Amino acid sequence: MDARRENEPTSVTNRTTVNRKSERELVVTRSFNGPARIVFEAFTKAELLRRWWVPKSSGLSLLSCEADVRVGGRYRLVFGHGASKPMEFYGRYIEVTPHSRLVWTNDEGADGGAVTTVTFEEKGGKTLLVMHDLYPSKEALDGALAGMEGGMRETLEQLDELLVTLSASAGPL
Amino acid sequence: MVQYSNTRLDASFAALSDATRRGVLEQLGRADASITDLAEKFHMTLTGMKKHVGILEQAGLVTTEKVGRVRTCTLGLRRLEEEAAWIERYRQLWDARFDELDKVVEELKLKEKVDGRKKRK
Repeated sequence: MDARRENEPTSVTNRTTVNRKSERELVVTRSFNGPARIVFEAFTKAELLRRWWVPKSSGLSLLSCEADVRVGGRYRLVFGHGASKPMEFYGRYIEVTPHSRLVWTNDEGADGGAVTTVTFEEKGGKTLLVMHDLYPSKEALDGALAGMEGGMRETLEQLDELLVTLSASAGPL
Repeated sequence: MVQYSNTRLDASFAALSDATRRGVLEQLGRADASITDLAEKFHMTLTGMKKHVGILEQAGLVTTEKVGRVRTCTLGLRRLEEEAAWIERYRQLWDARFDELDKVVEELKLKEKVDGRKKRK
């Protein structure tokens, strides 16, 4: 069905897309110019994972990266950011199907985190990667996105301060 | 940081200049509420409360959503705009990660080729 696409030059830019599929789901997709076994390997070997998981542009550094990729195995990533307290991300692999599917939990959150499912679909030497995050609630996903940007929280904090100042100057309501 | 335009800031200040509207924001800080709830709490007509909520909504301080016959008010900025910005930020992070992953994939492909050649020898 997709035979024609397989003949496209590999120089075509592979674009990353992100869609909020529902209130609790976020989906990231991207194609890679390589077979699924190689992309899968880059996801499942800690020494390879650590080379790409923390892009230089993020300003973060990876302090430690452990990944025991088998059902029930654990992973733990620790990031540093300047002088601030290191951030830790950890969880368990709950499904490992070589070259096609990986499922892991994200356990660092207080009330149960998202479950991440990654599928690797090979077509004509290219691999379509689909990364699906299912959050326990709408609020959890909102929070994850806002936490990354920090913008919403910051803005609401500013609003809080403004409210305090204004109600103080206005006297009792 | 979220960039405020001057008009947006003016609208926020205008919205916050009224004691009832500040009260409404405090109330919504505790829990979402319908316009009817708010009108009752502030001893006000529905029309009067609708007007206040409208001003807060225009300033981007409150969002409302109508489900059935009830309009629920939530504290917060225009959710859709905010969400689009968050998602774009998230996309950029993954795009940067995947650009690095591209390099790893290229290297592994090359290694496979070389190893394959060695085996044939």
